[in-house]
Amino acid sequence: MSAIEMSLEHALALYRTMARIRAFENAAEEASKGGVAAFGASLAQAKVRGPLHLSTGQEAVAAGVCAQLRTDDLLTSTHRGHGHTIAKGASIERMMCELFGRATGYNGGKGGSMHIADFSIGMLGANGVVAAGIPIAVGAAHALRLRGGDALVACFFGDGAINRGPFLEGLNWAGIHRLPVLFVCEDNRWSATTETGAMTAGEGALARAQAIGVPGVAVNGNDVFAVDAAAAALSAQIRADGAPRFLHAVTYRIKGHVSVDAAAYRSHDEVARALEQDPLELAAIRIAALGGERAALAAIDAQAQAEIAAAVAAADAAPWPAQSAAYTDIQDTGAERWRD
Amino acid sequence: MARLSYVQAACNALHAVMQQDARVVTLGEDVGRGGVFGQYRGLQQAFGAERVIDTPISEATIMGAAVGMALAGLRPVVELRVVDFALCAMDEVVNQAAKARYMFGGQGRVPLVARMPIGLWRGSAAQHSQSLEAWYAHVPGLVVVAPATPQDNHGLLGAAIASGDPVIYMEHKELWGLEDEVDPTRIERLGVAALRRPGSDLTLVTWSRTLHDALAAAETAQDEGLSIEVIDLRTIWPWDREAVFASVQKTGRLLVAHEAVQAGGFGAEIAAATAEALGVPVRRLGAPRIPVGYAPPLEDAARVTPQAIVAAARELVGAPARGA
Ligand SMILES: Cc1ncc(C[n+]2csc(CCOP(=O)(O)OP(=O)(O)O)c2C)c(N)n1
Ligand SMILES: [Mg+2]
Repeated sequence: MSAIEMSLEHALALYRTMARIRAFENAAEEASKGGVAAFGASLAQAKVRGPLHLSTGQEAVAAGVCAQLRTDDLLTSTHRGHGHTIAKGASIERMMCELFGRATGYNGGKGGSMHIADFSIGMLGANGVVAAGIPIAVGAAHALRLRGGDALVACFFGDGAINRGPFLEGLNWAGIHRLPVLFVCEDNRWSATTETGAMTAGEGALARAQAIGVPGVAVNGNDVFAVDAAAAALSAQIRADGAPRFLHAVTYRIKGHVSVDAAAYRSHDEVARALEQDPLELAAIRIAALGGERAALAAIDAQAQAEIAAAVAAADAAPWPAQSAAYTDIQDTGAERWRD
Repeated sequence: MARLSYVQAACNALHAVMQQDARVVTLGEDVGRGGVFGQYRGLQQAFGAERVIDTPISEATIMGAAVGMALAGLRPVVELRVVDFALCAMDEVVNQAAKARYMFGGQGRVPLVARMPIGLWRGSAAQHSQSLEAWYAHVPGLVVVAPATPQDNHGLLGAAIASGDPVIYMEHKELWGLEDEVDPTRIERLGVAALRRPGSDLTLVTWSRTLHDALAAAETAQDEGLSIEVIDLRTIWPWDREAVFASVQKTGRLLVAHEAVQAGGFGAEIAAATAEALGVPVRRLGAPRIPVGYAPPLEDAARVTPQAIVAAARELVGAPARGA
């Protein structure tokens, strides 16, 4: 789909998804202040605790890819999974409740940010282990194929994940078994405090996929319309022939690796340049060209803010899980045997 | 003597060893920026990128390459972030590092130290909170070390690097900021426990972060007239049988407390060995067999608290002592 063919309605829908993700990340970041143990910082009380990986600035990848997904499509995510979850259609309130560790969260407070999931919409979970979602996506695709139909699995992973073995193993597997997986390398240029390029030999993610025989394309991951168009084409191909495809979306991690990471190891210039490519700003320009009015975007922004504020208030007021919940959902066989 | 944090003590120790021994190299994710916990701060600047090696996110190859380095004459210190990710390198630890010396008839040795921090860490949930020392202690060929103090994180890291065997070195994520006086000249030996508090009614064996809860528990118990002797094991394998048995012979009772899941935890081994050898009443206290939850009430359910330690001690003393 070219920019000209893009309907204003669809463009605004993509913008809305990004605005909701941005507002969610900003609120989560705010709620995490002082409460994260990462990077040696000491612990204090905060609403959102533990390592919080924000996808701020990467909204276009989640919004563009998930715009092409149906509810019966499955999705595996990473430690940086809020955007994928929102874009797949999860409730922002239940997500925020999970980040606050409340009983009303998606995982009942068991998982938090790093393990957020909504199986009711096919979101099979964020994951604390880099590249762990790749083989899981491959297996899920086997299940879809046995079920019949043309549903697919969208498998998100970072640029750092392509240097782990499961990347090679998973792509090869999907290739030989012709499995309906859309592999999405969300390339934000960084792996924690390390520039991924310096740790990656050869031409990178897409070239590796192609070498294994999984075709795909690279896109500007900050251009939601480009991501959307590429995902539309690739998902249509997957639905038609059942074989895997690869999307290499190049974006940038605006924030530190986790919310408490000031990212002092990278240059201000680099970050400043990236900020000029803000996906919401880019989309706004394109929407204006399509005849959309600034006021419409402002209204979307305001709606997103209001929705997030309500979610934060709800999460803040929500009950903690009972301690007895620590002993549920572990296993049936041998349940109640906690010690000996 | 200098006042150092647990993390800085280890950093200084590694710095000193790398200065003395050109065979010592460090490899792992993010080490060039000092490591995500700061355990490697300044090392790449001091020793260069050839000896402080940034790696891709490739745990299997980080560990496997370290085995190769060791077999070829280097002494690698391997950064694996946390034990939960070290599982991605399990084959390289268990089938390669631990077996090479024996399997090849002693032709090669694998003198490496694999650092894989353990433990609860507020709000880090099920995949970043585990204590898996018993898994590694089960494997012949591996030494397992779990320091609880800045002094030990200095001395034991040096001893681990010098040992000549593969050492699983388990720091605790909640201890990084703990400060204490550190004597950098003090030499530690692996396999030697430390008596942290003398007592007469029972012996409490523990390690890692739980030491600090054990000491708090012993203090509380003292007020109730219960005298607990606290032993910090420091090395999980080989554990210091002599020190534990000598203490238990005096007190007549053994309690082992650790943060790891109780069932199949290393406390079971110590309790069984002590009961076999001395026939005294023994008790274990570890976490229930549940994954670590994110929300505080769930996470707390997996915590071994000073109160629980006191309660277990009381119960044990209620039991008749034999062999004392
Ligand atoms: C197997 C494994 N190794 C290391 C880590 C620690 N870690 C968490 S996120 C991360 C960087 C991942 O980079 P990338 O895949 O590019 O994702 P991004 O954080 O940039 O979204 C690392 C090294 C981990 N979670 N899992
Ligand atoms: Mg990245």
